[in-house]
This record gives sequence, C-alpha cells and structure tokens, in this order.
Amino acid sequence: MARITLDKLRHSYMETPAADADWALKQVDITWDDGGAYALLGPSGCGKTTLLNIISGLLRPSQGRILFDDRDVTAFAPDQRHIAQVFQFPVVYDTMTVYENLAFPLRNRGVDKATTDKRVREVADFIDMTHRLDERAKGLTADGKQKISLGRGLVRTDVNVIMFDEPLTVIDPHLKWELRSKLKELHQRVRLTMIYVTHDQTEALTFADKVVVMNEGEVVQIGTPVDLFERPQHTFVGHFIGSPGMNVLPCTVDNGTVYLGGDAVAVANDAAGAAGGSLEIGIRPEFVRFAESGLPAHVVKVSDAGRHRIVETRCADQTVRMLIAEGVEIPADGVQLAFDRANTRLYADGWMVGGNSVAGGAQ
Amino acid sequence: MTLELRQIEKTVGMDVHIHPTDLVLEAGGFNILLGTTLSGKTTLMQLMAGLDRPTGGRLYFDGKDVTGMRVQNRNVSMVYQQFINYPNFTVFENIASPLRVARMGDAEIKKRVGAMADLLRLSPMLDRKPAELSGGQQQRTALARALVKDSDLVLLDEPLANLDFKLREELREELPKLFADRNCIVVYATTEPIEALLLGGRTATLHEGRVTQFGPTGDVYRNPKDVISAKVFSEPPINTAVIRKTGDRVALGSVAHWACPAVLSDKPDGDYRIGLRPHHVTPIAGGAEDGRVKISGEVLVTELSGSESTVHFKVGSETWVSLAHGIHSFGVGEVAELYADLSRAFYFGADGALIAAQEIGE
Repeated sequence: MARITLDKLRHSYMETPAADADWALKQVDITWDDGGAYALLGPSGCGKTTLLNIISGLLRPSQGRILFDDRDVTAFAPDQRHIAQVFQFPVVYDTMTVYENLAFPLRNRGVDKATTDKRVREVADFIDMTHRLDERAKGLTADGKQKISLGRGLVRTDVNVIMFDEPLTVIDPHLKWELRSKLKELHQRVRLTMIYVTHDQTEALTFADKVVVMNEGEVVQIGTPVDLFERPQHTFVGHFIGSPGMNVLPCTVDNGTVYLGGDAVAVANDAAGAAGGSLEIGIRPEFVRFAESGLPAHVVKVSDAGRHRIVETRCADQTVRMLIAEGVEIPADGVQLAFDRANTRLYADGWMVGGNSVAGGAQ
Repeated sequence: MTLELRQIEKTVGMDVHIHPTDLVLEAGGFNILLGTTLSGKTTLMQLMAGLDRPTGGRLYFDGKDVTGMRVQNRNVSMVYQQFINYPNFTVFENIASPLRVARMGDAEIKKRVGAMADLLRLSPMLDRKPAELSGGQQQRTALARALVKDSDLVLLDEPLANLDFKLREELREELPKLFADRNCIVVYATTEPIEALLLGGRTATLHEGRVTQFGPTGDVYRNPKDVISAKVFSEPPINTAVIRKTGDRVALGSVAHWACPAVLSDKPDGDYRIGLRPHHVTPIAGGAEDGRVKISGEVLVTELSGSESTVHFKVGSETWVSLAHGIHSFGVGEVAELYADLSRAFYFGADGALIAAQEIGE
C-alpha cells in the first residue's frame, strides 16, 4: 500500500487548450494517506473518471505528477502501478469457476498454489461465496457476478491501492447495503488504501473517511462526511450532498445584517466579510423548523419519505424545503419558519463567506 | 379508465414467472410496482402492455377484454431503464416519431413536440442527436416520446435507475407533474422503497412473481400485511427476529424481554416474529416507561453519512441495522446499546402474516 499524491494535475482532451472550459481537469492537488478509505464524488462529467484513469495509468495527464509514496509514477504503464480495480459492470470469465475467477489475478502473477488457495478461500468467505466456489460463473446472477468482481479486486495483497468505479450501480438496494457495509468492514480490518468513485452521495459518505467532491473539473471540497454535511464550503457541495440538498436562497446584506426578503436572518459566519458578489443563504432542510415566531411562509407540498416528511414551503417568494420527523405535526396554513443559526451560512458567489479554502480539512 | 388483471399468470416451461394475479389499476396517480430484480415487475408490465401473452387469466381495459391483443393495437407507451432513442434522429424527430407513425399533420406535430420539449426542458436540444446529450437529457427525450401521444397506458420500467443521484431526485419530482392533468394509467416499476414513497399513488409489493399487497403507498408502507411485504418495502431492510411469548412476557432470545404487547395478549404462548424498521432502533436511551427496550449487540460496522449514523450489529443469529440522526460512532466488535421503540413494532405470526401492529401515530 502507498500514500498517493496528485501534484498539480491538469488534463485536457484537446491539443491546445485555451479557455478554462477546455480543461477536463482544471488543477487537482490531493494527498491520499496510506490505508485510508476515500471517495471521489461528483455528477457525470465532473472529471472523476478522468482522474481515475490518470491514477490507474490509462491516461497520461497533460500536466502534473502522480506520486506513490515518494516515487513518481506519472510515466508508468498501468501494470507497473500495481493497482486493483473494480468496475461498474462485472468483469467475470463465464467459462471459469468462481474459484478460478478469484484465483486468476494471482495465478497471472505466478503466485504459488498454496498462497493462492489460502487467499481465494479468505476472499470467498468474505463475499459469502465459499459454498459456490466450484460453480461456473456463468450461472450466477448479476449480483453474484459483481461479488466475484469485488473479490477479484480484493484478492491481491501486493497492490498500492484498490479503486472502485461505481461498483454498486447495478446492484439491488437490499444487497447494496450488505455489500457496502462489507467493504467498509473489510477496510476497517485490513486498512488498505481504497478509492471509491461514485455519483451516489450515500455510497460515498457511508464508505469513506474522507470525500473529495468534484464539479466541472475542479475539487470543490475535501472533507469528512460530517464536514461536508455541516460545513459545506460551496453551495454546490450543500446542494449535491443531502437529500434534498441545502436550501440556497438569494439574499441581501445591509450593514452586516443578512436579509431574506424583508426579514433579518441570523447567520453563523461573519456577514460583514461579504465583499459583494451574488449573495445567498445556505441552510439544510434538516435545520429548518416550525416556530411560534419567525419567517412567514406557507406549505406548498408535503412528501412522505417514510421516516420523515419533506415539506416544501414558500418563504419570501422562494422555495424552502424542510425535513420533519415522523410524529411531528405540520401546522395548517400560515406557518412561521426558524433557521438554526449555527447551521445557517452566508455564501458569496457560491463560496462560504469567511470559509476555509477548498482543501479545508484535506489532510 | 381502468386496467383489470383477472387471474393473470405466466409460466415458462416449469417455471412460474407470475402467479395468478388480480389487480385493478386506475388513472390518476402512479401505480407503483415495488420489488427486487427478478421479482416479476418487468414481466407483469409486458403482460399489461400486450408485449407478452399470459398463460392464464384475462386482461380488461375499461371493461373490454384485451387479452392477447397485440401491443400495436393498444394505445400503450413504454419507457425503459436504458435510454432508448433513435441514434440517427434528432431530438425533435425522436419525440415526433410516434406521431409520424400515426400520420399526424406537420403543424400539429410541431406544436405537440414543442410543448413536450418545453415541459421536459429539451427545447434548446431539439436539433441535436441523442449521443450529444447527457444521460438525463436522453432519458427525458425517451419520456417525451412516450408522452407525446395520448396513450391510455404508460409503463415506466425503472426509468431513473441509470441516472445520477441528483438528476434522479430532480426527475422524480417532475414526473408526477407531467401526468397531473392527463387521463391515462401510469405504471411505474422500481426497486427502491424511497422512490415509491416519494412518488405516492398506490403501490403493489412484488416478491417472486406474486403481488403480496396493493394499496395507497403510505398505507402499504405503514401497515404491511405480512413479513414479506414489510421486507420489500423497507430500506435499509427491516430488522426481524423470532420472539417467544410466555404468559405475559415476550423474549427475544437472551437479548431482551418485555411485557407482552396487547396485540399478542390473547394469543397462545409460542414463537412469533417481530419486525422493526432501522429508524425505530436507535442509540436514544429509554425504558419501558416510554415504550423502549434495550437491545445490545456486537457491532459489525458503523457508517456515518454526516447527518445520520447507520450501525450494523448482531442480534442473536440475525444482523440488525440501526439508523439514527446525528453522529453515533461505535467501534468494530464493540457491544452497542441500542433501544427499540416497541410502539412501532410489527408482530407477525409463524406464517408471516401480520398479527396487528401496535398503534401507529400520525
């Protein structure tokens, strides 16, 4: 296993990139510590697959370096990097048995029979496939095949990093829970460096100790799940993480006081630091509640999400969503809303006013 | 408008794909088929559409027997999980294609496609080819094509499954609006309980080719009639365990015991099954006075999402899941003390049928 450093990486698929938009990766500096569980999270087209391909060596970056510990591997071919990868769709040899599939990466590298056998059985036990080792992979369901793919990713012990590229997308929700917690459990036991690439916030947040959030070729924030939830540095992070995402409400600031419509709203950061630009209040639906006196609003729609309800309100001509727990009554019309001050923040041009830089809690 | 399935079944060789099913679907609100992969959702939809012939039973549309009528002669649209569009057609021509088949005039086609593109925010893309669109736009094109003609029956087979999480959230909110003022029967298949809940309407839970329950979505979620329906409609999966009633006490192995609930009080001593959704088992301490009981177990893994904590832990031979707001971290192997809210418990008989839930709030 190794510490992985991405040093001033930039990449463009064009020959002579000029404009900012020509860069698929604008500039990325990240250090992933040895043995950590990381996620790379962002929407389609944010550059996460480009970054993954650069780390695995399938793509040579236009600029910058990749270091494994202190060794520069930028010019290394994929097979010289000792990386295990698990893809979105199962990569399984149908004609081989489950055992042979799991053994394949080891046999390929001339690992001796006894060691191979031991590893295959350990991994099979982990993915609950011990009883099916002699079956042909062909007869397995999509879930079963993806388990074999995971197993093959985990079977080598000499890898620098294991990378997962949307590994659970084709898996049913019930099994997703099972496989995801298995991966997490495995990580807590063996402490391998793992990088998990996904657009699914739940997978990223529950798997990783630290999440790298990307948008439009840039890293927007690196932090623990709690950082990203409680202190989004950018409205994109606030919106992208959480379901529904953070309410982002255009506002005005006068003399250090923040106003939503005509009403003053107390915020946690120092509004006086806002030097113009487009100003917005960010507050998560979890931190809005009904109050005796507060911002006047009316309820537009209540959606039942089972363990809570998502209440859509109109407040100061804007949509404000709130999460209301099971059993809490929703007042009829003419409601008042209170924003929890500690979790209400002012953003200027998307960035939290007085916030840290992108890599706030990077290392 | 109604679509009625009477004892519809499908067997292939010795395999039963759909057990005899009775179901009456109506216009207005979504009819959701909720179940895992291979539970029979797609087969059931194909039978409804006439894409597949049932091996038994009859299908009625507005009282008229349409069993065996070919899909071409029925007024049906279907949207699949994979974004299916004509790659060589522009977005405009993709959306227009069913109208061209129906030999509609150019002016009317232009009007309808324009309106549909507006609704699905595709207007700026009308001249592009599908390959130049994002996944969300491709699926919106497929949806627009399905909606542009006034179908009597619209079948949506996991239409959002291949989309990014955030896009899914967005389209899920838009979809019911698209159908709000249409007179058609909408059937929507999904594997995700949360999606069924947010779409509302009515839900049929499916398990191994059988509809186990059908009713208003919230009712099916809160009052599952048996342990299978409860499992299908629960994410994370519902926690279950065998409990034993002895006189006026019930015991969950050696893990916990509590006063026999009213619903079981007149039942004979013996084994029953308890069901508790993960958000009703939390680290929030409590005792008998507030209807809680302590359930301790060895922690397998804790997942922190920032706003919620999920703890997987051992209860006897079962793995249970606790889901709570806030940050509650437990180490692997640690014995966690968690508390079950018994007022939310479901009690099932040996056959899996719900005996009766404790009174449920709201």
